[in-house]
Amino acid sequence: MEETGGVKLLGFWVSPFAQRVKWALKLKGVQYEYIEEDIYNKSPLLSKLNPVYGMVPVLVHNGKPISESIIILEYIDEVWKQAPLLPQDPYERAQARFWAKFAEEKVRQSVWEAMCSSGEEKQKAVKSAVEAFEEFEKELKRRGTKFFGGETIGFVDIVAGCISYQLALHEEVGSIKILDSSKFPAISEWIKNFLNHPLINEGLPQKDQMFAYFSKRSKEIASQKMSHKTA
Amino acid sequence: MAGDKVVVLGTYVSMFSMRAQVALNEKGIEYEKKEEDLANKSPLFLEMNPVHKKIPVLIHNGKPVCESLIIVQYIDEVWHDKNPLLPSDPYQRAQARFWADFVDKKVYDCGRRIWATKGEEKEAAKKEFIGIMKTLEGELGNKPYFGGEDFGYVDVALIPFYCWFHAYENFGNFKTETECPKLVEWAKRCMQRESVSKSLADPHKIYEFVVSLKKKLGIE
Repeated sequence: MEETGGVKLLGFWVSPFAQRVKWALKLKGVQYEYIEEDIYNKSPLLSKLNPVYGMVPVLVHNGKPISESIIILEYIDEVWKQAPLLPQDPYERAQARFWAKFAEEKVRQSVWEAMCSSGEEKQKAVKSAVEAFEEFEKELKRRGTKFFGGETIGFVDIVAGCISYQLALHEEVGSIKILDSSKFPAISEWIKNFLNHPLINEGLPQKDQMFAYFSKRSKEIASQKMSHKTA
Repeated sequence: MAGDKVVVLGTYVSMFSMRAQVALNEKGIEYEKKEEDLANKSPLFLEMNPVHKKIPVLIHNGKPVCESLIIVQYIDEVWHDKNPLLPSDPYQRAQARFWADFVDKKVYDCGRRIWATKGEEKEAAKKEFIGIMKTLEGELGNKPYFGGEDFGYVDVALIPFYCWFHAYENFGNFKTETECPKLVEWAKRCMQRESVSKSLADPHKIYEFVVSLKKKLGIE
């Protein structure tokens, strides 16, 4: 049965979390209205829809808000059954949830921290990121499929997918090297295949704009850290 | 499902292990609880959770599931006929997942800072903890459980922390009951369920555990 209720997505142009939701909606062919939020100047609407965190993305379906990107993905998968993101089998679903959590907390998070930190902290973060990538590489190799989801893009691919178009920029801004393609052939191949999908590649933010944003944010975070140290 | 072999690798004090046990108990599933010595990890443990080397691990017919909330969802999906923990409506499910995730993001870390820090940092952690509990109390509202009329996913996620309240309160010098009476009422209601009372640790033993942990870590 087709769900025809109104779908709105509050996002921020460079947010990898909002991008996850866009990908899921596009892969399922769900029409939605996108609302750009300035997260540095939050609207009353955002505060009303996400009173606990005041963050994007927020999906609004039939007037009701859902927050947290991974939770939104599960919701989308349950409401719109076409192009399923999670597998049917409970054990496989648990594995997918595990690797999605890993992709968010260990892969994406550590790269961001490595970009934004310096000195010893940076070295530690890079080490964590490389270790996370090693686990990810191992799992991809073990599965031996084009994507985590199998031959089609699935839940883990979407959650991890932000590295496909933002990792290289984080590396450049942070003067770090994590994804050595000779060391991570499976991940490198996965990134190529992921970005090759027209719905994935379509409408991604401009590289130079992302670079400028990450440079600025990275400096801001670094100076915040310094002022905490000296305070 | 006759012939199922279910093992929980956990520790007595871990609220995360307790979640798995509460969920299994709610479903009436027989299981073996194996106490893991984290200072001396068993070969089974390292084989079953090589990525994080953390408890709990649920082993179902030899196959491991890790991460407590993922385990609870797995249990709910496999043994879906009895006492469903997540609601059936997708929006309600998303709300339940949101609040369980909120517990995960906020409670453990803040609670730890109450007993692991001192002075200003401890005071700040205590205030933050009370704030978190008040937010949860607000979400509970007048419902008997977070799940509504029935004990559910968010209740499972949060209730194990109740046996840690005594330790937090002692080190933080506050009483949750004074600050959040409705939340404590909810906790006591949950404790009346055998699935919960069988799974939670003795609060005094938790307190002793924290005292000895502080000594070991060299925290005053």
